[in-house]
Amino acid sequence: MITILDVHEKQIFESSYTVQGGNFDEAGKVASQIKVILKKLGLQADVVRKAALVAYESEINIVSYARKGTINISVTPQRVKIETVDEGQGIPDIDLAMQVGYSTADAKIREMGFGAGMGLCNIKKFSDQFQITSEIGKGTHLKMIIHIDNGA
Amino acid sequence: MTLKEVAELLDADVLAGQDQLEMEVKTGFGADLMSDVLAFAKPGSMLLTGLTNPQVVRTADILDIAAIIMVRGKRPVPEAIQLATELKIPVLSTRFILFEAIGRLYAKGMRGCIERVDNNFGRP
Repeated sequence: MITILDVHEKQIFESSYTVQGGNFDEAGKVASQIKVILKKLGLQADVVRKAALVAYESEINIVSYARKGTINISVTPQRVKIETVDEGQGIPDIDLAMQVGYSTADAKIREMGFGAGMGLCNIKKFSDQFQITSEIGKGTHLKMIIHIDNGA
Repeated sequence: MTLKEVAELLDADVLAGQDQLEMEVKTGFGADLMSDVLAFAKPGSMLLTGLTNPQVVRTADILDIAAIIMVRGKRPVPEAIQLATELKIPVLSTRFILFEAIGRLYAKGMRGCIERVDNNFGRP
């Protein structure tokens, strides 16, 4: 017998993508793929948009600052969860990194139209839940949840 | 306004999406900073920008931007056009500067996708 809880906890979709640091030509490819999948799953347009945006800024961060990273996505009827784990230098001061306009971006990142100190702010703005942890010399871990309003 | 009318008004070259010129566009957003585009641009709007790299096209795709207008006579790298063609996002190139391009569109009734931003954006 399937309980209501089981139905609600059911994974509709789950996948994991590897992102190479420094590969600026491919930056955004994973987020594009995620968007196509979420659209195909029939999620509401604003959920797809927020999730794609959050995945995109996270992917740009991995490409810009880390050696490599993983983007994990899981979808249940209630929410989209996007988690990124990277192997990189880590963030020494998270409060500072979260400030609008604070950035350590180099010229290459700025050429792409990023690196103005808005990435993490955008990720937080478009997520319903946002968590960031970082360890110097190891890497950064982001966890974002976007709620699906299914009228329940 | 159709994209075809936009192209005529801005004396623009159509670099991708020649078959989508009948598309109706009503609003736009202008910026060179992709993070600002991500924060504020709305689906179905045109993006006017001076950037020409593939990230502009990626950003447009993520946001369901209707079309990209590259201003100041900028020509995109071939990779950007290839990606735009793949993702079916029209790309136009005009020699007008951003201010002039937007002014001409505004005078013909096109508006910003938002009028102004919340004053507390990004502040904790």
